[in-house]
Amino acid sequence: MLELAHFQVISAALFAIGIYGVLARRSAVLVLMSIELMLNAVNINLIGFAAYGDFTEGQRALGQVLIIFIITIAAAELALAIAIILRLYRNRSSVNVDDMNLLKW
Amino acid sequence: MIITASLVLFYVAGAITLGGALVVVMSRNIVYAAFGLLASMVGVAGLFLIALAEFLALAQLLIYGGAVVIVILFALMLTRIEDFENLSDHPQWPIAAVVAIAVFGVIAATIIGTAAPESERVSLSFTALGSSLFTEWAIAFEVASLILLVALIGAVVMVRTSRGRD
Repeated sequence: MLELAHFQVISAALFAIGIYGVLARRSAVLVLMSIELMLNAVNINLIGFAAYGDFTEGQRALGQVLIIFIITIAAAELALAIAIILRLYRNRSSVNVDDMNLLKW
Repeated sequence: MIITASLVLFYVAGAITLGGALVVVMSRNIVYAAFGLLASMVGVAGLFLIALAEFLALAQLLIYGGAVVIVILFALMLTRIEDFENLSDHPQWPIAAVVAIAVFGVIAATIIGTAAPESERVSLSFTALGSSLFTEWAIAFEVASLILLVALIGAVVMVRTSRGRD
């Protein structure tokens, strides 16, 4: 029997994998991909509640509308982050996050 | 525990999602990692379908399966990382693994310890989703489109090579 808890556990696992990727990988592109994984974990959680919660139709629609907004913001964030990575590559010839220490004192 | 078709499909989609995500964070080759992300996003679209959200599954396939993975592959080509076939992890990776397992443990323990509502999946019609998005959340929708426009213009301005003065 499929339950809300199934969606929540998958969401938590995907979020934890994303955290590991953000902390452990060195390439900025891979860190960005891990952030996308974490955003998708949030989406799975939201869709689980929108499908299973004891809500009115308007509240269910809000769950899906929130996911649409998260996908939009993720696309905007991805475009800006890729632009920043390309700019950094031109300046420093590297996309390794360890080499980006200009703001570090 | 009753095995139903939706449960089997859920486990298949969940395995694709988590397997792709593990390829993203474990692979030594960055191109394989990009394709792992593609597999993971398709798995998430499957989970959306199982949660009876057809429109979101379609949007997920188009935006993540299509656009996002292609943009990331373009970024990989434009940055020409010399050691893209032999990536090394940060030396702090054991700490990262501990943090990830701890986060998962805390969330999973909370989920299992909380009584879930005993209810069935309820689908939402396209009409209800559309009317909610374009009436109740119309202002937020317009703001989101403005944010997308500003972000894309900003990205173009940032990567443009200005000859002469730079």
